Amino acid sequence: MAVLANPMLPVPSVVRQLVKETPDTFTLTLERDRGHHGESFQPGQFSMLWVFGVGELPISISGDPAQHDQLVYTVRSVGQATHKLVNSTVGNAIGVRGPFGTGWPIEAARGRDLLLLAGGIGLAPLRPVIYHVLQHRQDFGRLIVLYGSRSPRDLLYRKELAAWARQPDTQVLVTVDYGGLGWRGHVGVVTTLFKYARLPRRSIAMVCGPEIMMRFVIRDLETQGLSPEDIYLSMERNMKCAVGFCGHCQYGPHFICKDGPVFPYPLVRPLLDKYEL
Amino acid sequence: METLERIISEHPFFAGLESYYTQLLIGCASNVRFDAGDYIFREGGEANTFYLLRAGKVALEVAAPQHKPIIVSTLGEGEILGWSWLLPPYQWKFHAHAVEMIRAIALDGKCLRDKCEQNHDLGYEILKRFAQIIEQRLETTRLQLLDVYAVR
Repeated sequence: MAVLANPMLPVPSVVRQLVKETPDTFTLTLERDRGHHGESFQPGQFSMLWVFGVGELPISISGDPAQHDQLVYTVRSVGQATHKLVNSTVGNAIGVRGPFGTGWPIEAARGRDLLLLAGGIGLAPLRPVIYHVLQHRQDFGRLIVLYGSRSPRDLLYRKELAAWARQPDTQVLVTVDYGGLGWRGHVGVVTTLFKYARLPRRSIAMVCGPEIMMRFVIRDLETQGLSPEDIYLSMERNMKCAVGFCGHCQYGPHFICKDGPVFPYPLVRPLLDKYEL
Repeated sequence: METLERIISEHPFFAGLESYYTQLLIGCASNVRFDAGDYIFREGGEANTFYLLRAGKVALEVAAPQHKPIIVSTLGEGEILGWSWLLPPYQWKFHAHAVEMIRAIALDGKCLRDKCEQNHDLGYEILKRFAQIIEQRLETTRLQLLDVYAVR
């Protein structure tokens, strides 16, 4: 008889690698519990990472779903807990709960073109989708990745972006809000990339970034002819229990931790311009 | 061989423009090319041209004292470069720097202004199109100013 793990109980996981992506953002690779036999995770899901002595944080999984022996997280250092997390030492342990929440609609995207729109650290929860699509290339149509960042030094996964752009049937376009010296790429908000992307009308769009950015992106996607039902968003709120009990992440009638973080756009459309939520 | 008429009529900026007006534009148009690194125009210079970009990338730069120029926006294929020719004092507000080799159609703004004065229907068609570009650029600039990726 299978015994279900207690979702509230963190599993100690050893830090295997820590990579500095930008001046304030790091990617942590954690060794997965040897006794773990379940599926890895669905692209778009998150874990609760327990930094012993400091607190617990919801962090999206940014690694390859096919790699069952590890979990990868990209973390931006913005507070005490994230600061401690990105200053972890290789070999030390972090508590992990999860994975939790809904994933990106990989099954619904099968056979169709994919348009991934990311802003800032929003590329992290979309990276597992890119890995999956590139590993199952024949199952999907064109892959278009549009990525906006604050400045060139804030760009995540720079080597991978270049490598993905070289893949067949894949278009990767990057823009920054502030071009620094020596930057030869696009400068402008992420929506300005639409005019350079060969957007198929029957694509399925997955969007992740700051909510203001997502609102403007959605409006432009609809102008480009995408149906609202083909647009998915990843939302973010202060998750605590991660299983829909505590109500910290309540978003209108939804709990982001349990009903999200990935939502079909029509489900959250009435809530996106409510400033009090 | 691509004719100016075909290039202008197929450029997204002039999509749907009646062929009679296209003919009027051709008299003010010429094919141009800039190498990567060239300045197409410089801040403060007389603005008497605009460009239909056909290939390449242009950076709009602001000169900053004791600093290398700051790129505020980039423009590429299918876009319009320059609207200062349209309104007095007809002076460029930014540098336009070719990041890549540029192929474009240059339209003589002075020639076009004269034609628009003579033919207000043409003037209205041109203004409608530029108003849309100005509105889009204003909106994207506002979004850029929001600095949405900053830590709050």
